[in-house]
Amino acid sequence: MIIPIHPVKSSFAAESPGGAASARRLKIRVMRYDPHRPDVAPHLQTYEIDDAAGMTLFIALTEIREKLDPSLQFDFVCRAGICGSCAILINGRPALACRMLTQNLGDEFTLAPLPFFELIGDLSVNTGKWLRGMSERLQTWVHQQQDNPDLTRLEARMEPELAEQIYELERCVECGCCVAACGTARMREDFAGAVGLNKIARFRLDPRDTRTDADFYDVVGDDDGVFGCMSLLGCHDVCPKQLPLATQIAFVRRKMVAMGWR
Amino acid sequence: MKIIYTDVLVIGGGLAGLRVAIGAKRRGHDAIILSLVPPKRSHSAAAQGGMQASLANVIKGQGDNEDVHFEDTIRGSDWGADQRVVRMFVNTAPKAVRELAAWGVPWSRVQRGDRQVIMNGQKVTLTERHEAHGLVAQRDFGGTKKWRTCYVSDGTGHAMLFAVSDRAIAEQIPVHERMEAIALIHEGARCYGAVVRNLISGELCAYVAKATTIATGGAGRLYRVTTNAVICEGIGTAIALETGIATLGNMEAVQFHPTGIFPAGILVTEGCRGDGGLLKDVDGHRFMPDYEPEKKELASRDVVSRRMETHIRKGKGVPSRFGEHLWLDITQLGRAHIEKNLREVKEICESFLGINPVEKMIAVRPAQHYTMGGVRTNHTGESPTLKGLFAAGEAACWDMHGFNRLGGNSVAETVVAGMIVGDFVADFCDRPDNEVRIPTGLVRELIAAEQAKLDRLVSGNGTEDASALRVAMQEIMTAKVGIFRTGAELSAAVSELQALLERSRHIGLRHKAAGANPELATAYRTQKMLKLALCIAYGAEQRTESRGAHFREDFPRRDDAQWLKRTLATWKSESDPLPTLAYQPLDVKAMELPPGWRGYGAKDYVDHPDTPGRAAEVAALRERMAEAPRFDVQQALMPYDHQLPATLRGRNERIDEPFQ
Repeated sequence: MIIPIHPVKSSFAAESPGGAASARRLKIRVMRYDPHRPDVAPHLQTYEIDDAAGMTLFIALTEIREKLDPSLQFDFVCRAGICGSCAILINGRPALACRMLTQNLGDEFTLAPLPFFELIGDLSVNTGKWLRGMSERLQTWVHQQQDNPDLTRLEARMEPELAEQIYELERCVECGCCVAACGTARMREDFAGAVGLNKIARFRLDPRDTRTDADFYDVVGDDDGVFGCMSLLGCHDVCPKQLPLATQIAFVRRKMVAMGWR
Repeated sequence: MKIIYTDVLVIGGGLAGLRVAIGAKRRGHDAIILSLVPPKRSHSAAAQGGMQASLANVIKGQGDNEDVHFEDTIRGSDWGADQRVVRMFVNTAPKAVRELAAWGVPWSRVQRGDRQVIMNGQKVTLTERHEAHGLVAQRDFGGTKKWRTCYVSDGTGHAMLFAVSDRAIAEQIPVHERMEAIALIHEGARCYGAVVRNLISGELCAYVAKATTIATGGAGRLYRVTTNAVICEGIGTAIALETGIATLGNMEAVQFHPTGIFPAGILVTEGCRGDGGLLKDVDGHRFMPDYEPEKKELASRDVVSRRMETHIRKGKGVPSRFGEHLWLDITQLGRAHIEKNLREVKEICESFLGINPVEKMIAVRPAQHYTMGGVRTNHTGESPTLKGLFAAGEAACWDMHGFNRLGGNSVAETVVAGMIVGDFVADFCDRPDNEVRIPTGLVRELIAAEQAKLDRLVSGNGTEDASALRVAMQEIMTAKVGIFRTGAELSAAVSELQALLERSRHIGLRHKAAGANPELATAYRTQKMLKLALCIAYGAEQRTESRGAHFREDFPRRDDAQWLKRTLATWKSESDPLPTLAYQPLDVKAMELPPGWRGYGAKDYVDHPDTPGRAAEVAALRERMAEAPRFDVQQALMPYDHQLPATLRGRNERIDEPFQ
């Protein structure tokens, strides 16, 4: 499948500064594959567009789809770096595409879908399916003593610093970058990943969750859990929210080792 | 053709949809949620600043209660809201915060003792009470008398969405992701689910349900400059419109947020101004006090947005090669505060503007932000005309926002409406006469009809480019159906949109494949979006007054005598060139708070003939009951408790209103 490439005149003033005098021509190589069309082998396709000031990969890919190739699949939702939908490989490194400014990339660069996750097509992968499975396995919700607290009464108190510490770990947007950058995940499909282990750390910290270390050991005390981590720490390096993943995984591991010895 | 049966079909996996499903499931009904994206990616996550609930824990919130929240919301709505629904809402909001606290939301908490804050550009020391220590904290937001906005740093929506989404997983509610409802299934005036397109395979199937809830959020993408996520295209609202039976309320009421970053339109939270951020012009002058001496930067959003645009028109905008903008200055809040309470704002400024807001001002200009209108419902969340169809959240016109929504009231509405409507959906499913009675043959015909429409788009002989039509629509909406509106421009917008609608019937695809085909999705969505755009533009053209966010330069006064009524739009027949508009008067004689001045914005309005009478009645009753508890006064003025589900009635405990 060859799509003719025409010069594109930018007209996307709403989403970007657009129409800038920049003469730079971007050559964007995109990994193409549609699992519904196994007859067409995976291949790199090059699109050329004019760079513009303030252009992000959201703007660039949207323009390619609107002007050059309506069949190109990718995922964006918030386009503001908060929903975690648009993680892809940019020159081989997992990152949120919406936050990547083209001015921070060379004239030529390569985009590919995140590895590990089920491919939907081109740059789109099914992170949702895997993350739901992870949530079910690790039971990533507050386990309460009573299901129906009296909502008319004052809420239970919490130390302000503790609320902040929990939020610090809660900032994960489940984008999948950490899993895409994980060595263990390549070998173990059900590995909890940094995303899952961070959640265990988050719920362990939360006094509203009645689970004990024994309960947490049940869900992450094996090689699909915290003992599967090889401490390569790719997760920590690529996390777009800069979560303290290395520390959290080490901490959970220490607690689980202590639990295992008991 | 696949048909999936369930008790409750929820279309939309954001906060409102998730909470409706949880409510129904807890009452013993099976629920399935359809979502365009994994639910944690929904636009609910973008609610940064917080959720209003009158907990009155912080010192600047002391004295706050349901009554104050009620009045702020009605004034904010410019008297367009349904006052009983607002009462239901303000009484449930504290319960919603407390439920979410129990579910794990790490609400920011009150720290006892002194703290430095910035108010009105000045450093002020506030002393928080010992007895408030560790309770949920509140911050200041626009249009509110008290500090009422509960928050989680500036990731409130994210934290709420994750807690509620995880709760739905805990309760084993299936979410069918990447599924899009493209038509409602209805037989006469009874709704039975939806025809749904799988966005991965392109296949159609049907979900048949006793009750169907639309919770698909707003329609910001009708505009070229919007804070909304790319999935906020209003398709749920549009498929309700396309039944020809369900009505849409007040579609012309569209909110513009004062601080979209310029030019991308990405939102920076109202919390910036609530925490002490200032708006400045090309001269570095803080201009809002010149227009709004009392509320300044913290008047309601419609007012601040208009003042900003007026100031730009006066030549005080900051020129740039992309047009003019103004500045949002949060530098005086200091690094520690910004890095703790406005982190997402900092990340957004760094990623998209390349500046650090600790040191530099943020370029902003108002951008489309919120759809006050939506699927018209009664107080139970059910369509008054299409039985079995419910709506909740931004997609609904439940009508607690009227013509302008207050900041912090939307993410609050999602969970509050979710709690209330979820319970009413369960009631509906409990009634034996509400069984599914639609023949499968009819369902198959409906799937086939939708398939035929898609096939025509893929392999018909249309030549129009869907993307181009959509961009043209967005440009018209932003240029002519924006913050300032005139009859001439609106009339032009209506004709231009009609021409686009006609052309959209001849869309042809460049990429002819079946399957996922994103171009096909753009095509059928654009057809639906154009109908919504016409509801907005035509409704705005007809409404010859100014109310809340709907501002007519040629009719600048609010005119209660003519226009204290809700616009109801229907699309009777597919071939109609325009929606059919009808109007539902609001009953002044039943209002707890009769129409008056909002306390900010223009003081100029025309009274409804019933207003003086009702105002005198209310004043007399208040005087007669001056010694009575506030609950008794409220009950005497406008009883509403009977409208709430029994489990959600009851007062809310506060430090200053302890239960015995």
